[in-house]
Amino acid sequence: MPMRVPVSAWLAACVLALSACSAPGGVRDAVILADDPAPRLSDYGLFSDVSAREPSEGVVPYDLVNALFSDHAAKHRAVYVPKGKTAAYQETGVMDFPVGSVLIKTFAFAPDMREPAKDERYVETRLLIRKDDGWVAYPYVWNAEGTEAVYSPVGDKQVIKTISPDGEALTINYAVPNRNQCKECHSLGDDFVPIGPTARNLNHVGPQGVAQLADWEARGILTGLPADAPAAPSIKSDAPIEDRARAWLDINCAHCHRAGGGASNSGLFLAWNETNPTGWGVHKRPTAAGRGSGDNLFVIEPGHPDESILLHRMESVEPGVAMPELGRSLIDPVGIALVRDWIASMPPIEP
Amino acid sequence: MRSILAAVSVLALAAACGPTEPAKPAALVPSATAYADLQKLLIEAKPGDTIEIGEGRFDFTDGLSLTVDGVTIKGAGQDKTFISFKGQTGAGEGLLITSDNVTVTGFTMEDPKGDGIKSKGADNITYKDLKVIWTGGPLATNGAYGVYPVESKNVLIDGVTVSGASDAGIYVGQSENIIVRNSRAEFNVAGIEIENSKFADVHDNIATRNAGGILVFDLPDLPVMGGHSTRIYNNQIVQNDTPNFAPPGNIVASVPTGTGVLLMANRNVHVFENTFDKNQTAHVMVISYSNEFKDPNYNPLPRDFVISGNTYGEGGNAPAGRLAPLAEALGGTLPAIVWDGVTSYGGKTEDVRIAIREKPEVGFINLGLGTTPPDLTKANPSTTRPADAQIEEPAAVVLAHDKPKADAEGS
Repeated sequence: MPMRVPVSAWLAACVLALSACSAPGGVRDAVILADDPAPRLSDYGLFSDVSAREPSEGVVPYDLVNALFSDHAAKHRAVYVPKGKTAAYQETGVMDFPVGSVLIKTFAFAPDMREPAKDERYVETRLLIRKDDGWVAYPYVWNAEGTEAVYSPVGDKQVIKTISPDGEALTINYAVPNRNQCKECHSLGDDFVPIGPTARNLNHVGPQGVAQLADWEARGILTGLPADAPAAPSIKSDAPIEDRARAWLDINCAHCHRAGGGASNSGLFLAWNETNPTGWGVHKRPTAAGRGSGDNLFVIEPGHPDESILLHRMESVEPGVAMPELGRSLIDPVGIALVRDWIASMPPIEP
Repeated sequence: MRSILAAVSVLALAAACGPTEPAKPAALVPSATAYADLQKLLIEAKPGDTIEIGEGRFDFTDGLSLTVDGVTIKGAGQDKTFISFKGQTGAGEGLLITSDNVTVTGFTMEDPKGDGIKSKGADNITYKDLKVIWTGGPLATNGAYGVYPVESKNVLIDGVTVSGASDAGIYVGQSENIIVRNSRAEFNVAGIEIENSKFADVHDNIATRNAGGILVFDLPDLPVMGGHSTRIYNNQIVQNDTPNFAPPGNIVASVPTGTGVLLMANRNVHVFENTFDKNQTAHVMVISYSNEFKDPNYNPLPRDFVISGNTYGEGGNAPAGRLAPLAEALGGTLPAIVWDGVTSYGGKTEDVRIAIREKPEVGFINLGLGTTPPDLTKANPSTTRPADAQIEEPAAVVLAHDKPKADAEGS
């Protein structure tokens, strides 16, 4: 349990050291690049208000065309690139952000996720910071009042009551990951890497109402943007079902299910650019699925979603069966519908 | 208030001791915060640290993980420290290790929902004197693997007991330089399995009451293939009679109940000086991979195998699984050593070299299936042993981190 400081003592501390309680000077590059994580999110000065609704100068909100499902949490992302530096455009991987950059992601719930902006409460804010020798992840957990988020390397468990986008009343056993769990998804070989901000995921009109990549270039935080940058299909678009299903798998699974990722030994590779159908599961036998196989023989049995291990594990919330292993305690009805329709659309393989 | 005062006085005392000699942290004891306390220690550990888990029963609801090199996780003993995951609600394993030079020792892990202890890309790891058990006995709802090193170099498993795994109790996959010794695997689907790995010594173990005792496999469609150079010797492989309870779909679901050693595909595997008894299907079975595959880099044939100098008791008296009908046609029993006789696949035939160096009275059958995927109706059984061949035995596996106890204490 974090130590609870009486409000009066906190106020007194603020009076004594005003600068520590707000961020008058904007983003603090020295705090970002310090050896140790700052104890509080506000120490970085990334936002100008205590509730972290107002980004400081140089902090740019963005979003991804498709997002990892996290128990219906809303996610608010922003990027900070130090003044005078730029990220280098990458055709396939994550943009090459310079040292001192911060990727900020806040997870939030409203009492009713059909109106996600109404009475929204922040639960956690994760910072990915590009240090001299690579990326690090620092999780911060918000207090109930939404006035401060404190560094929480061991994660947290919270019970969250909300109503799903489909109108279902939910009680979510929400897990804030610990620092090791951050690594389970963000590892690539021996490196710790961001997942989301690739050209394909960023190349659309973002939350600011402008084309994100062009905006980043215009702000001077991105260089090398080509005229024909690729874009992933939105899972909500009318793109072919295969493209949408594989776009969902890409953002929900491929951080582990790729060469060098946490699930590399499975040989099941779910990135959008995998070219071998056996690699993405078509008539691929399970490797280490155990009871996760659900008595099915193949990861994908074309034409038969209910005989496919892939869908079985998406439809489970049981540890040892459920995939992804981390980051959700509920099933994602949207992803399940997509993958179900995709597998059903495949011509069956005659025995 | 009293507890706060107590805490303050403890702090004061600690401070009074001065900074010169930091007190060794006490072993973790069972408490409501034990999980968070232990996970925090694992996160904040520094190379060289030993994290001690004290006596008692720890009930954890989430998986543990370690990413720091050079850490030892040490319980008070496998009969003193019990970590139960019966109420686990998150993570795919009880403990996940992704760093190098780690030792885990001295505790019993119970009822992980998925795998027990998984180490991935974790070189120079030692699993020593610990247990992973599923307390409800052999059930398809148990987790897949007890101890599960994968994609690692230099793996030592010594004095480990696994019971109840719905796949393999002790499983080493896609790794190289491996020793599994002095360990016990019972009531698992597969007792000990070496898969898609090279340079493994499996010796002085007991594999009993599993569906299959010891397996050496090479499988297609995996990032690491071409397993070779495994020695299985001086093991007790007896009474593997638990009906196969693997969930269908998994490769081990095809292991016939009552198989002593099952060798599938792979190259240069030597099985010698083991004791076999009471394995109802067969004591030693050498087979090709029999499913369809498209992987052009995969060889489904067992090649360069030597079976020599083993002791065989009764067995083969009630063959189970896919070969049962064939055994029926052969009079209802199988001899000690069974080879499927597959020497070709995809139009290619190889000189596979299977050497049987046993006393003349040890039974052998070559099913003469010829090609894979095999057509069991085309069996052409023969009891003639293949011509012996010069097949060099791999050198003993030596691990730099495997020091004899006296040396380790003296250093």
